[in-house]
Amino acid sequence: MISIKNLHASIGDKEILRGINLEVKAGEVHAIMGPNGSGKSTLSSVLAGREDYDVTEGEVTFNGKDLLELSAEDRAREGLFLAFQYPVEIPGVSNINFLRTALNEIRAYHGQEEMPAKDFLALVKEKSKLVELDSKLASRSVNEGFSGGEKKRNEIFQMAMLNPKLAILDETDSGLDIDALRIVASGVNKLKSKDNATILITHYQRLLDYIVPDFVHILYKGRIVKSGGKELALEMEAKGYDEIKKEFEIAD
Amino acid sequence: MANEILEEHINKDYEWGFITDIAADEAPKGLNEDIIKFISAKKNEPEWMLEFRLKAFRNWQNMVEPEWAHVSYTKPNFQDIIYYSAPKPKKELASLDEVDPELLKTFAKLGISIDEQKRLTGVQSNIAVDVVFDSVSVKTTFKETLAEKGIIFCSFSEAVQDHPEIVKKYMGMAVPPTDNFYAALNSAVFTDGSFCYIPKGVRSPMELSTYFRINASGTGQFERTLIIADEDAFVSYLEGCTAPQRDENQLHAAVVEIITHKNAEVKYSTVQNWYPGDKEGKGGIFNFVTKRGICLEDNSKISWTQVETGSAVTWKYPSVILKGNNSVGEFYSVAVTNNYQQADTGTKMIHIGKNTRSTIISKGISAGFSNNSYRGLVQIKKGASNARNFSQCDSLLMGDKCGAHTFPYIEIKDKSAVVEHEATTSKIGEDQLFYCKQRGIDNEKAIGLIVNGYCKEVLNKLPMEFAVEAQKLLAISLEGSVG
Repeated sequence: MISIKNLHASIGDKEILRGINLEVKAGEVHAIMGPNGSGKSTLSSVLAGREDYDVTEGEVTFNGKDLLELSAEDRAREGLFLAFQYPVEIPGVSNINFLRTALNEIRAYHGQEEMPAKDFLALVKEKSKLVELDSKLASRSVNEGFSGGEKKRNEIFQMAMLNPKLAILDETDSGLDIDALRIVASGVNKLKSKDNATILITHYQRLLDYIVPDFVHILYKGRIVKSGGKELALEMEAKGYDEIKKEFEIAD
Repeated sequence: MANEILEEHINKDYEWGFITDIAADEAPKGLNEDIIKFISAKKNEPEWMLEFRLKAFRNWQNMVEPEWAHVSYTKPNFQDIIYYSAPKPKKELASLDEVDPELLKTFAKLGISIDEQKRLTGVQSNIAVDVVFDSVSVKTTFKETLAEKGIIFCSFSEAVQDHPEIVKKYMGMAVPPTDNFYAALNSAVFTDGSFCYIPKGVRSPMELSTYFRINASGTGQFERTLIIADEDAFVSYLEGCTAPQRDENQLHAAVVEIITHKNAEVKYSTVQNWYPGDKEGKGGIFNFVTKRGICLEDNSKISWTQVETGSAVTWKYPSVILKGNNSVGEFYSVAVTNNYQQADTGTKMIHIGKNTRSTIISKGISAGFSNNSYRGLVQIKKGASNARNFSQCDSLLMGDKCGAHTFPYIEIKDKSAVVEHEATTSKIGEDQLFYCKQRGIDNEKAIGLIVNGYCKEVLNKLPMEFAVEAQKLLAISLEGSVG
């Protein structure tokens, strides 16, 4: 699905990613954990194509294509989805209109016709159930006046609508109460298939109780310093990141 | 990537910039009483009309060009303008076959059909159009259909000939010839325009519209529109305009007057797309326009909706004088400026009658190196008890080289008035654009989506066909301005 080799990225003079290697196959769920400032969000931004970062070294192959050569919108059209840590508000643009534009842009990229309005609305109905999203939210402006939990659920709703190959969930659990967390997690679980893959970026183990990862990676100072199964997450939770910090202290 | 899109679109930017090669019957350059007499004679006007013009001209000579607007430009040399230009041959046109084919082609290119048959059988909805090319009205469609209802819709020149008593009664009522520098100039030299009278109790069965086109070089366009809605009448009126791409600045100084009688309503919508000049700010139209309506009698309503995307400099304040009790004035505006465009636009709501209400929704969008100002006056006169106004002025900035300014003036002479004013300024954020891109929506579409969302309250007020047109125009005007 995605293959990241020796990825280096910086913002201004500051190098944040210092050689990431990661291989994610279809059907897999990977969790990336790490203390604050380890580069978790940078990794998701770089993969999604945010222009604030300079990739200085390394390569990323996504479904056989050179991901780094693609524009942000083309990465999305190729099936890469980022659930934002802080979803953006777009006043005056209804959620429905936004999604219909997105969906049809992606379809056009693949040479498909626009989805008929009737089918689209049926899809909205079906997918909004998945995250127990109030149908009223679908007609409201994108994220405007949504609560924190509603914004996160809306991200997963969009993910369900756009049906990506690879979903990167950036701290989707942050700011969620336990009920919302359960709803979001159950949505993600239902969307899992043998043909798609998920990367969960998280600070806490908590989310992994609900979405069980196949692999857990620990990111520290821009490198993956440790990888393992789901037990690694529990170990981190128990010991905290201090041990990792001691073990892998890298001189700046 | 974004830069390529920008380049591409800036180059193909103004699609209406072509010039029609057509022989024109022109007045010599310059302005004096002889020129005014020449125009009046060309139009075979009655004595009172010439008097009106000369009086306005004498007034104008003592007036100074206003400088209070937040715009800067080289003042036009009024002796270097051609005040009358008409496509030849200038004879009475009995049918469409007699219209110069070059002219028909021009309007076909602009997407304006002046062929009634085509419209009747086509899928487009019926809109009666009065087409003004440089100084004269070329053709008014659906005149006969409208006449059955008693509606008079014709060029201003025809109205002066055929309905002098109505023109005489109402002309200058909302915008007196001494009102301001440009209104005075217009009153002296106006060459044509549209005239519309909706009789008592009649709702116009179709939308009426005027399409203005400046073609000839060195000319100014000075047209007048006069709309009168008698008791219980209703009309929705549309105005569109374009001009060729030229290096010179051309002057457009129009006057629009609306008068509503008891229970009458006029809805006036404009999509203004005069040539804005090139990306360095060279050329473009100076759009100095006076638009005003009077709710003369009780329970009447005047509503202005404008989408301003063109012109190098815009100076325009469609206003409503709320004289009748319970009358309603509305102003919905989207003004977009890009590159070196400047706009100083807004409205005046003058509350005189009791229980009068007004609403102002203004959305300014500035991009490039442009400056965009909202200027508005809400005036509640003594005795206008229970008058209400709500104003909302929003500014959206794209990039960091442009400016947005708001100049709201409020004068209240009656204690029972309720006046509310809200204003916001925001920026299209990189975050919003990235969010759209991450969902597969490219820069251009994303800007269109965000801007249309921002302008929704105003675009919703436009008639359907116009709204679609306006949305496209907004996207084109702003393409490549972020990113």
